[in-house]
Amino acid sequence: MIELKNLTKRFARHTAVDALSFCVEPGEVLGFLGPNGAGKSTTMKMLTGFLTPTSGSASICGCDIRTQALQAQRQMGYLPEGAPCYGDMTVRGFIDFIAEVRGYRGADKRVRVDTAIGQLELESVLGQNIDTLSKGFKRRVGLAQAILHDPRVLILDEPTDGLDPNQKHQVRELIKGLARDKIVIISTHILEEVTAVCTRAIVIARGRLVADGTPLELQSRSRYHQAVTLVGDGPLDTVALAALPGVAGIEVNQAEHSVTVLAEPGQVIFPQINALIVQQGWVVRELDVERGRLDEVFQTLTRGEAQ
Amino acid sequence: MSQLPVIFKRELGSYFATPLAYVFTLIFLVLSGVFTFYLGGFYERGQADLIPFFSFHTWLYLFLIPAIAMRLWSEERKSGSIELLMTLPITRFEAVTGKFLAAWVFAGIALLLTFPMVITVNYLGQPDNGAIATGYFGSWLLAGAFLAIGSCMSALAKNQVIAFILAVSVCFLFIVSGLPMVLDAFAWAPQWLVDAVASLSFLIRFDSLSKGVIDLRDLLYFVTLIIVWLMATAIVVDLKKAA
Repeated sequence: MIELKNLTKRFARHTAVDALSFCVEPGEVLGFLGPNGAGKSTTMKMLTGFLTPTSGSASICGCDIRTQALQAQRQMGYLPEGAPCYGDMTVRGFIDFIAEVRGYRGADKRVRVDTAIGQLELESVLGQNIDTLSKGFKRRVGLAQAILHDPRVLILDEPTDGLDPNQKHQVRELIKGLARDKIVIISTHILEEVTAVCTRAIVIARGRLVADGTPLELQSRSRYHQAVTLVGDGPLDTVALAALPGVAGIEVNQAEHSVTVLAEPGQVIFPQINALIVQQGWVVRELDVERGRLDEVFQTLTRGEAQ
Repeated sequence: MSQLPVIFKRELGSYFATPLAYVFTLIFLVLSGVFTFYLGGFYERGQADLIPFFSFHTWLYLFLIPAIAMRLWSEERKSGSIELLMTLPITRFEAVTGKFLAAWVFAGIALLLTFPMVITVNYLGQPDNGAIATGYFGSWLLAGAFLAIGSCMSALAKNQVIAFILAVSVCFLFIVSGLPMVLDAFAWAPQWLVDAVASLSFLIRFDSLSKGVIDLRDLLYFVTLIIVWLMATAIVVDLKKAA
């Protein structure tokens, strides 16, 4: 379990993380969201023991990150932002080094190293210097380093940043596969990633927690939650749509002959709309019920906080 | 303590991963030869010892040692790998000492490669090989003191060139504090202060070692200096790592 209690980090001029408190249980994949500069990386740096908190505390599996830093660090794998590595080492040499630092020797070490190499599919670049690798491979080397000792806690700072869509998919599958009995914290500003891998999302802005819930809960905060979009052959009767019970508003896109009908919070409007279509005999080419738009929720949450 | 050899091995290996190690060794060997034979008047003295060889080490190290120390921490901070290193389960002591020892052993290897000097002097006469061994040991201690200062300066500056210049400047102060021109400037001061400043000097401490005289106080001086500067390195690393 990871527990943060009023974790705060102040730099000379500003407060990067402001009294952040939350818990993460094993099995959870926590998406850590926020605009750039919101304090995501600073929080992760404090959790991993790289930065010392100004005040407050945090513990990893019962080990306080200040007083029992080494025990805490043994339990976790960390991918720092940008996946820094020792560029003058070969991939094999680097992963060997990490395994040795983690205390593995002999056959034990070989098994660990080979497993990590296999999981990240690094076989083809083992002898290459890390400096000469592409961004995607570098990121994978960083991930291999983080998961090598099968840690109970995995902290990944923007793990898919700079990867192509295939690699992103691969990394997400890997994280999902690892997540079963672990705690995984992923920071990201790619919102699709949250719905794809996370079981829980925390949004922070200006160092403060502004939302905490499952991705679905976050989506349901959107004004587009349960909104229905219709695309017809010709203009649709917006007055009739607006008059339906539970409808909060209507957005019309003239060019595409599409109408988005917004639902009032907590209301389901699809059945009424469906009945109206049948009754009016409209020819509808497309019909889409939305769960909500995360980017819109994200903007509302983080901008509101900034003002 | 257990992970110190792992850090040491990686650091030492990284010296040889780039041409730096070979270039450094070559320059050191060539310059130490030039200094000994031309400036030191090795033949003209007509004595079978290595005093002219060792006497230039202080000045040679002034520029060469900061060059191998400058990358120790600057590079880690510049590439961001310091974040990786400091979040691995190793203590700050292991990181600082492991890195320092790697650089020190590397300097030792370069120093040992001057062995033809020993063969030459043994071929030409009957030198006191014990004194030569002491000279080598003293020279290695001197290199260690320079390296400990260089490591601290490297932790201070993100830029390797700045780390180099800082290290040369601080080392220079430790050398010249024994020269008459500096001590004369302290003419107004009480004698104990003049002595204290003079006793800080590498020149005076190394002088007796290079002649084969082992004084416990000189050994203690170098060892203390190394420890103090490494402790300073650990503190600076902590303060600066996030910057």
